[in-house]
Formats: sequence, C-alpha cells, structure tokens
Amino acid sequence: MSKEYETVIGLEVHVELATKTKIFCSCSTAFGSAPNTHTCPVCTGMPGSLPVLNKQVVEYAMAVGVATNCQINQYNKFDRKNYFYPDNPQNYQISQLYLPICHDGGIEIETAAGKKTIGIHEIHMEEDAGKLVHDDWDEVSLVDYNRSGVPLIEIVSEPDMRSAEEVIAYLEKLRMIIQYLGASDCKMQEGSMRADVNLSVREVGAKEFGTRTEMKNIGSLKAIARAIEAETARQIDLIESGEKVVQETRRWNDDQGYSYAMRSKEDAQDYRYFPEPDLVPIIISDEWLQQVKDNQPELQDEKLVRYEAEFGLPEYDAQILTATKKLADIFEATTELCKKPKKVSNWLMGETMRLLKEHDMDAEDIKFSPVNLAKIIELTEAGTINGSVAKEVFEKVFTEDIDPDKYVEEKGLKTVNDEGALRETIEQIIKDNPQSVEDYRNGKEKAIGFLVGQTMKAMKGKANPGMVNQILKELL
Amino acid sequence: MANVISDETMEYVGILAKLELSDEEKEAAKKDMESMLDYIDKLNELDTSNVEPMSHVFPVHNVFREDVVENGDGGEDTLANAPERRDRAFVVPKTVDQ
Repeated sequence: MSKEYETVIGLEVHVELATKTKIFCSCSTAFGSAPNTHTCPVCTGMPGSLPVLNKQVVEYAMAVGVATNCQINQYNKFDRKNYFYPDNPQNYQISQLYLPICHDGGIEIETAAGKKTIGIHEIHMEEDAGKLVHDDWDEVSLVDYNRSGVPLIEIVSEPDMRSAEEVIAYLEKLRMIIQYLGASDCKMQEGSMRADVNLSVREVGAKEFGTRTEMKNIGSLKAIARAIEAETARQIDLIESGEKVVQETRRWNDDQGYSYAMRSKEDAQDYRYFPEPDLVPIIISDEWLQQVKDNQPELQDEKLVRYEAEFGLPEYDAQILTATKKLADIFEATTELCKKPKKVSNWLMGETMRLLKEHDMDAEDIKFSPVNLAKIIELTEAGTINGSVAKEVFEKVFTEDIDPDKYVEEKGLKTVNDEGALRETIEQIIKDNPQSVEDYRNGKEKAIGFLVGQTMKAMKGKANPGMVNQILKELL
Repeated sequence: MANVISDETMEYVGILAKLELSDEEKEAAKKDMESMLDYIDKLNELDTSNVEPMSHVFPVHNVFREDVVENGDGGEDTLANAPERRDRAFVVPKTVDQ
C-alpha cells in the first residue's frame, strides 16, 4: 500500500441505570418478566399521561459525570426526539439535546502504546425503547414494552480513539467506573451496556476527518474489535479504488464477519428535536452537587493505593483484584472474615482466574460466597485439609458454592495426621518400589518425589505432605 | 404571504409525519403552514435582546419522584390497546432493518 491511513473512532455508549423503577413512571425495571408486565400509561405513551422524573436517575448521571471528570450542567432539561418505530409507543424519545446533564470530561486509558486521555463530549439522560422480537415463521414482529422507559445515560466520546485496542480499553475503563459507582451492572450480553461505533479513516497527517459511518448496538467487546477491523479495511478499500465512503448507519453481522447498510424505505434522519413540555427543568444546586461528590464510593485508583498500604499486596496483585468491582468486593469480604489478605489474593488470582478462564466466564459471573472461600482458607491454615484437597474443594465452591466444612466432613477429605497409619502405608510403599528406593540411596534426590506421590495416591490424597516427607526420609 | 412552502418540502414533511395527502389536502396544508410561518415571523419583529431564553413556560423546576416501585402488573390494561396480540405481546407488521 502506498498510502498510510489512520482510523478515527468515537463511541456512543448507552448504559442502563440500576434504578428500581423506570425514568418517568414507577413501573419496575426488573429483567426477565413476562412481556408487558411492567407497563403503564406513561411508559406506553398514552395520551394525557404525564412523566415525572426519577431523582435517582439524576444522581447516577451526576455520579458518572463526576467520576469521568465532566462539567455538570447545573441547569439542564429534556427534549423530544421524534421518530416512528413500533418499539417506541410515544413516537418520540425523551432525551437531552440542548442542555445535557454532563459535558466536557474525559478518562485516562492505558494500552501497550502508553497512557492517553479519551475525551467525553457529553453525557445525557434518556429513556430506553421497547423490545422487538421478529417471528421466524410469520411476517410479524412481537413487541414487549417492559424495557420502554428504563433509564439510560448516553456517554458520547470525542473522536479520540485510533484503534480497536484503544476502544476496548476505553469501554473497559468506563465499565469499571460505572460498576464501581453501582450506577449499572454494565452487562453487554444482557444489553445493559451497548456501544455505537462512529468510524472514519484518513491519511496519516491529514487535518480533516474522513466521512464516517456508524455501526449500532454491537453486542460484545470482541465483536466490537472485529467490526472495527473490518470497517477500517472496507473504508480504505473504497478510498483506494477511488470511491467515496457514504455517511450511513451500518449493522455489523458478527457471525458472518461483515457489515451492511441499514436502509429502510424512509430513513430520513430528521428527529425534529424540540423542548419537552411535560417536564420542568432540573436545577442542580451547589449543595446537591457537593453531596453527590461526597457520596462517591471508593474507585479503583484509591482502592489500589489502599490495598498496597493496608494489606501489603504487590501493585500487580492489587491491579488485578481491583480491575472489577466484583473481584474487589469478594476480596474485601473474604479478608474481613479470615483476616488473611495474601491468602485470599492468592486464591482469587490463581484458582479463581484459572476457573473463570476454563468456564469462559467474567468476574461478574462469580457466584460463590466469600464465607465459603474464607472457610477453605481456615481449613487449610489449620492443617485440616492439604493444598491439593483445598483446590478440589474450591472447584466445588466455585461451581456450586458448597459449604466446605460439610463437604470435607461428608467426603472424608480431612488430612490424615495419624502417624501410625502413615508409617504403615509408607513401609509398604518402600517394599513395593525397590528401584526408586535404590535410586534415592544412590543419590538421586528426585526419586523421593515418586515415593511421596505413591504414598499420596495410597492415602487418596489426604496425607499431610510434610509428615510424609519426614517419615520417608527417616525410613530411607 | 412572505413564506412559500415548496412541493418538495411538503413531500418531505409528509414522509416525516407518515401522512399520505391528496393533492387538495396538500394545497390546503401548504397554505396553513405558510400562514403559520408568517405568524412566527411576526414574533421575530419583537426586540428580545434583553430577554433571557426560556426553556419552560412555568416557573417550576426539580419535580422528582423517589425510586420506589408503585405500579403492579399493567400488562392486561396495556394489551387492551393492541389491535392484535399473541400471548402477552403486541403483534405488529414485521420490522427488519434491511
């Protein structure tokens, strides 16, 4: 290729807030109910119904704004965005265009290339739409308005990202901050965090941006990375072959690995925004803003410092433990119970990470209770079970959250500390393995490992390894 | 009348509003819209240089609701408005983005 190109990416991230009720009515936001259970005249756009703003939505939006270094618009208000689609029974979405609640912020990301700040243009509050399910057999779609009116914040970045790697880093950082704030669970697979990718390419060094396309609602971080690679290549191909990139909305098909333009018969993107007359302006006093700032929970940066200072953990460990709120919560709760931070850290960084990977799970999916991890640590420390049994029990805790005390009791996994029984077994092992015994006596230190293994096997893994070693050396 | 609405604008507004108008209706709507724009022009004659922009007609702000679930299962009432339903869902003509 003769020319060098760079990719310019901006994101619009929609996050469903963790409120109990919808943004403008007191219907529940519970996920997974029968279609249309959580609906009322307000969230189905009945004439004459009046929206009333959920105060918690404003507080979450402010909290996210403060945590992402935004300016807070202390006078902000709602507008109507007009469009017709069956997922939107009002025929308009209540959103914020002219005076959004937060603006001009940014967060720092870190990639292999180093640290970089990604600007946040604005954050606004709005309502989610209903859900359409397309029937595979009939020429119909089914509509469920349970999600209609669920509060969202839309976080609009500046076009500051240059690669899929930066986009992923930005999304992960954003997700971490919002989870720490408790403002959303940010589960991409359940749709509580969704990203629209605005992408253009230009020659390296060019001052103007190229024509951008928008890819909507891509379902996972991996899919976003693939979509970015493919769209970058598509736009470069167009430019190289003398064609023009058309400004359009495209849908990414992750299974097939390509995107296509979304065209509907009348796709005029003309939303005719106007001020929402049913909602009065929001005025955020200095006191209210200060209150939200004072109530900000401990975020990752602060936790990191505290873990190193309070628990004496290495920076690397503290980084991993604080990378998700879920892991940090488990770490703190377990440490609180057993008072052994280093042991807890080892279990989380070692076995937990291994099993997460093995089961293709995220830290958010962890189901075991800190009580049971604390019990394993106590059992091991007391010498009731040995290290390899502990790992076996932990797998059970990880998958089924069993009670280790009971499990060890029922399965008879307690370490055998009975010297008489051990001595008897070891004597038999020595008798059965004359070759290894000879090797050891001839100076092959490693041969003892084999004998320890045989003993453990004979004792079904329950022997105290220290004791086995001691007795073996004595008898040899 | 100072303002003139073109046929293209009329067509476009019709698409946005999802309205199919007959030729007579189009002409009538055009006249109405032109006189509305003229009326707005009249408002523009007012000197508002010393007036703060207003975003709401009532001198009220911060009307909030606490985050407490008060509504129960509204499904049956909501679905009473469905021209067609299947189980608990509205049935609409198929909408696919392509």
